[in-house]
Amino acid sequence: MNAPFLNATPLHDWHVGAGGRMAEFAGYELPIQYTGIVKEHHACRTAAALFDVSHMGRLRFDGDGADALLDRLLSRRVLDLPVGRVRYALLCDPSGGVLDDTLVSHLATPSGRHYHLLVVNASNRARVIEHIRPFLDDFPTVTMSDRTELTAMIAVQGPLAVEVTARLFRAPVDRLGRYRALITDQFGKPVIVSRTGYTGEDGFELVVRAEEAVRVWENVLMAGRAAGFQPAGLGARDSLRMEAAMPLYGHELSEAIDPISAGLAFACDLTGRDFVGRDAIAEIAKTGPTMVRVGLMPADSRPLREGVQLADASGRNVGRVTSGGPSPTLGKPIAMAMIEAGLASVSTDGHSQPLVADNRGRPQAVSVVPLPFYHRGDSRSV
Amino acid sequence: MSRQPEKLLYAPSHEWVETASEGGDVIATIGISAFAIEQLTDLVYMDLPKVGGKVSAGQEFGEVESVKAVSPLYSPVDGEIVAVHSDLPNQLDDLKEDPYDFGWILKVKLSDEAALAKLLDHAAYSKRCGESA
Repeated sequence: MNAPFLNATPLHDWHVGAGGRMAEFAGYELPIQYTGIVKEHHACRTAAALFDVSHMGRLRFDGDGADALLDRLLSRRVLDLPVGRVRYALLCDPSGGVLDDTLVSHLATPSGRHYHLLVVNASNRARVIEHIRPFLDDFPTVTMSDRTELTAMIAVQGPLAVEVTARLFRAPVDRLGRYRALITDQFGKPVIVSRTGYTGEDGFELVVRAEEAVRVWENVLMAGRAAGFQPAGLGARDSLRMEAAMPLYGHELSEAIDPISAGLAFACDLTGRDFVGRDAIAEIAKTGPTMVRVGLMPADSRPLREGVQLADASGRNVGRVTSGGPSPTLGKPIAMAMIEAGLASVSTDGHSQPLVADNRGRPQAVSVVPLPFYHRGDSRSV
Repeated sequence: MSRQPEKLLYAPSHEWVETASEGGDVIATIGISAFAIEQLTDLVYMDLPKVGGKVSAGQEFGEVESVKAVSPLYSPVDGEIVAVHSDLPNQLDDLKEDPYDFGWILKVKLSDEAALAKLLDHAAYSKRCGESA
């Protein structure tokens, strides 16, 4: 099972020792779950969960003009990104297709050195580096270094994550706002603490040196054990992000899906600047997308899965499911889909005209519902 | 009358079978093994056929879904469905707790007993699970 070509994160042996059920993801061997996806999902919604996200790519940009380089490449403004701030941004091709979705941070080291950190999807890391490399010619003072193998990344997510985890660091990181980040230390070892995440909960993402990964992971887990912290695998990470309606590259995002269709217009600063793909995206924003990302819920309890085709009442194909599965929080199936824009409206009662899903050979009635399915601090169910 | 896993037959696809004679017919009771349930984890949905339908060995008769995946259920035998545990899809937690008694899925009146010879005994099945785990 342990294929030799798979990469291991610095926490790999910890996961195996803790009974993690390991599987391949984006070239890495990672835990799908430890004790159960549903249990880990609930731990994140009620206390906090720890995720090893070391497989995510971490690219560091140093030197004068790093902000201008990234501003040229990313869908959000980077030139005006203050130190300590994080933005969600897309990396697009000239036709507006999405090459990756990223978080860009502007950080300052304790010695006052500034740099930008770009966190990218594991599956896209090599391609992103190849995409960026030619642009470096125009910015001779900028260096790009791939920090992925030298560091580990740990997400601590949940309503108790900030309060418990913040005690472990020298800086008062509980005072960090959302989408803020800083470099502090634990026992003299540097840690990037970012108040971001991919679960719909409050929490931190921590970047530490690879050799510090197990120590920091165990420190957080121990600090939160009495509060109900649990390690969680990729299974819960997926069900949590689906409830929060966060797109996953390769599902809701791809080179064939532009940011406007994906519902990510908020992540595109289209005026007063240029970036790769800007003109194409601006045109789609003006004319309106033909397909849009929506939420779906079936009338019965049979989960919808990725790839299920959708038809209107007359049987005409109008789209497909991009992600789907049971929602542990709602106790019923949820899905996201790309469907024709004209069918995407949700009426005031929260439901649209039903569509028909071809769920593995059997028709199933589904409704378009508002996204997200889960909102932090919100007990409502759709 | 609790079923003992050691006395059942198993398909490599993780269904268990118990046979009994009833009025001249051989009736096979079918379920899925504790090992399979452990591997699937967090069952959320089950789809079962209707009484009167035919099943044949190696053919899909239903499906069970966990949080992550859909898994087909394969018939280990040939015959006609004479009973379906229709409450089971609403009690998947109980299936997990008790896969061999409460968790029975189908009863099939065998049309041919040949498929039984291809099933594994508990020792052979356990060995196989040990290898695939």
